[in-house]
Amino acid sequence: MDVVTLARIQFGATISFHYIYPPLSIGLGVMLVIMEGLWLKTQDPVYHQLARFWTRVFALTFAIGVATGIVMEFEFGTNWATYSRFVGDVFGSALAAEGLFAFFLESGFLALLLFGWDKVGRKVHFFSTCMVCLGAHFSAVWIVIANSWMQTPAGYHIVGDGLHARAEVTDFWQVVFNPSTVERLAHTICGAWCAGAFLVVSVSAYYLLKGQHLDFARKSIKLGLLVALVVSLLQGATGHISGKGIARNQPAKLAAFEGLYNTTSNAPLTLLGFVDEKNERVVGISLPYALSFMAHNDFHAPVTGLNAFKQEDWPPVAPCFFFFHGMVGIGMTMIAVTMLGLWYFHRGSLTEHRWLLWILVFSVLLPEIANELGWFAAEVGRQPWIVYGVMRTPEGLSEVVQANVVLTSLILFTFIYFLLFAVFIYLLNDKIQHGPHQDDLIPTGKLALPEPLARGQK
Amino acid sequence: MHYDLNTIWFVLVGVLFAGYAMLDGFDLGIGALHLFTRDDTERRLLMNSIGSVWDGNEVWLVTGGGALFATFPNVYATVFSGFYLAFVLLLFALIFRGVAIEFRSKRPERWWRQMWDVSFSVGSILSALLIGITMGNIAWGVPIDANGEFAGTFLGLLKPYPLLLGLTTVALFMMHGAIYGAMKTEGELHDKLRRWSMNSIIFFVICAAILTMATLLYVPRMAERVKDHPWLFSIVLVNMLAIANIPREFYHGRDWRAFLSSCATMITLMALFGVDQFPYLVFSQPNPENSLTIYNAASSQKTLGITLIIACIGVPLVITYTACIYWVFRGKVKLDRASY
Repeated sequence: MDVVTLARIQFGATISFHYIYPPLSIGLGVMLVIMEGLWLKTQDPVYHQLARFWTRVFALTFAIGVATGIVMEFEFGTNWATYSRFVGDVFGSALAAEGLFAFFLESGFLALLLFGWDKVGRKVHFFSTCMVCLGAHFSAVWIVIANSWMQTPAGYHIVGDGLHARAEVTDFWQVVFNPSTVERLAHTICGAWCAGAFLVVSVSAYYLLKGQHLDFARKSIKLGLLVALVVSLLQGATGHISGKGIARNQPAKLAAFEGLYNTTSNAPLTLLGFVDEKNERVVGISLPYALSFMAHNDFHAPVTGLNAFKQEDWPPVAPCFFFFHGMVGIGMTMIAVTMLGLWYFHRGSLTEHRWLLWILVFSVLLPEIANELGWFAAEVGRQPWIVYGVMRTPEGLSEVVQANVVLTSLILFTFIYFLLFAVFIYLLNDKIQHGPHQDDLIPTGKLALPEPLARGQK
Repeated sequence: MHYDLNTIWFVLVGVLFAGYAMLDGFDLGIGALHLFTRDDTERRLLMNSIGSVWDGNEVWLVTGGGALFATFPNVYATVFSGFYLAFVLLLFALIFRGVAIEFRSKRPERWWRQMWDVSFSVGSILSALLIGITMGNIAWGVPIDANGEFAGTFLGLLKPYPLLLGLTTVALFMMHGAIYGAMKTEGELHDKLRRWSMNSIIFFVICAAILTMATLLYVPRMAERVKDHPWLFSIVLVNMLAIANIPREFYHGRDWRAFLSSCATMITLMALFGVDQFPYLVFSQPNPENSLTIYNAASSQKTLGITLIIACIGVPLVITYTACIYWVFRGKVKLDRASY
């Protein structure tokens, strides 16, 4: 294999593995804020137990997120040095800002969140939880800004030529709020919220099935299902807005998502099917007019097909189609599953429907897979460009790194990440089997008493 | 010397990396010392002394890397792609030491704990060594071609001088970690760490003495500015006094002042490195005309200005709440339910 393919596989593999964890941190962060907030408001010790249990799970996902995240920052330089030289002036500031505004906030207050239970008062601890959650969201903000600039570059000009050409900032705020930032950020963050909410749903459903920790599980699953339903619906809405953005900014990408070769009015949206690349058509069931509506809010508007672009500018059609439709399909399933779950929960008969509980146990995979497929669609759909319309992917490669070296690191990364994943699943299962501590029903230390009393005692 | 944006950023990148050395330095040092005790409780105490702060400390490296990418993208690109294998190894080392802290105490089995203890310690030592080797190569100079690309090999990075600097870094971090550990523990373990501190100070001083001689003999470039501006020799004096002060503070039982002295040692070393390196970021050897300097490797003035504003907003915030968090966790480390 050539070095471009290897470098792309390595970046894809390391980012896919990394991306299992940050959405969980962001989503669980929100769940922790809700749980601890409810505890402070209602004084119900079960919410304290909830917060303590999910904090331990949070710590596990966070540690692997940090450990695998630093790889991403290094890889721009190690594998994509020419790209780094070309975009450093624009792209680098977003990464620096991410470190300064997001990671420090997140990891700093994490110390208080994890180890501060008995050391600080309730309000300070709640504040720390909020800061960790905010930091996690800031990290999404800055990395999506950087990535969106690669999709829809703005606020820059090219200086120099040939080997010395590079992009320089002309307007920082145009870089930050480039045409796709806001909609992609909304879509990404909703996806992350889904991941957190479904993890809570999944574990609680497991306890309900086993008839363990019922008080804990009922409160937990109710919160989880409510949040999951709201954000799954929101996810559909932000997806629609994002789709319109792609039609406007990256029409070739949208055409690949839909396997649309010829520009078509009243364009149908494929629900289930595959792309027959040879005959340039899609085989499957489709919903008439729906693509025109999705792309332009108009059932009859023409949607640009791939043939309007030079073939060398096409993204790989069949994979894009698969990733995109997989994501949308899973998104719809998530809405259905949560609606069903909430309906039976409301009727008080959720525990009688064991088949549904089993579905809920495995539902945590839905947002995780959808998040991954969504990124694949976004990034593969950007091809053949590394910076859309400006720099092609192979041009961004490091000049001095040989294929065998990349192969070596790729094999090592794969091996280590499989090991890490196995340990993660093992420990997560261990925590779930162990369940919430009964001791957590009685808050200790400074948390034991409402704030003024604790201060008075000192 | 001009006080322009490029110079300011040269200093700021130095500050970020010095911050990293001072903070994650003691994490890596604790890791390097981890296997010296066989007792499970002592190992847990050591690990928990850094448990609440290590990931925050590692962010200094992430932010330093981000700042380098933003302000001197050519250096970032050349060094990261040129030192490919070394940096991939560094990543693996950092991954293992990080997850080991999280994983180790989750299971009671001996083999499980032993496995992560070794990962933690080897990961920490290797990280320190590779960081030192990288610094050593920057000091020694690396082959750069006319396009600003690295023209050497991985094995070429392992010359005696960079290896010596790598070893010195391990010694420095061990000293720093032992002193931090002494500050955070009590009783028998505390006395043990004080003894280790003394041993690692001796280890560090020997390494530093050899390194200084080697620098004067083989890398005279790295001593020239101090030679030309004798007032800069005061940095060397402060450095020596700071090291000498560590045993003195220990003698008086003021562990935290010993730790501050160790921090001062690191800051002065970094300052000396920066003073002699300026204005080069990557010195090209054998073709000095291809060197990457703070001018030919920098981003546009506009970006340097924007990132400076970002830093002026962010750094004071970070320092404030980091200080608050260290304050909350001051005092001796104790094991409780939330501990690793």
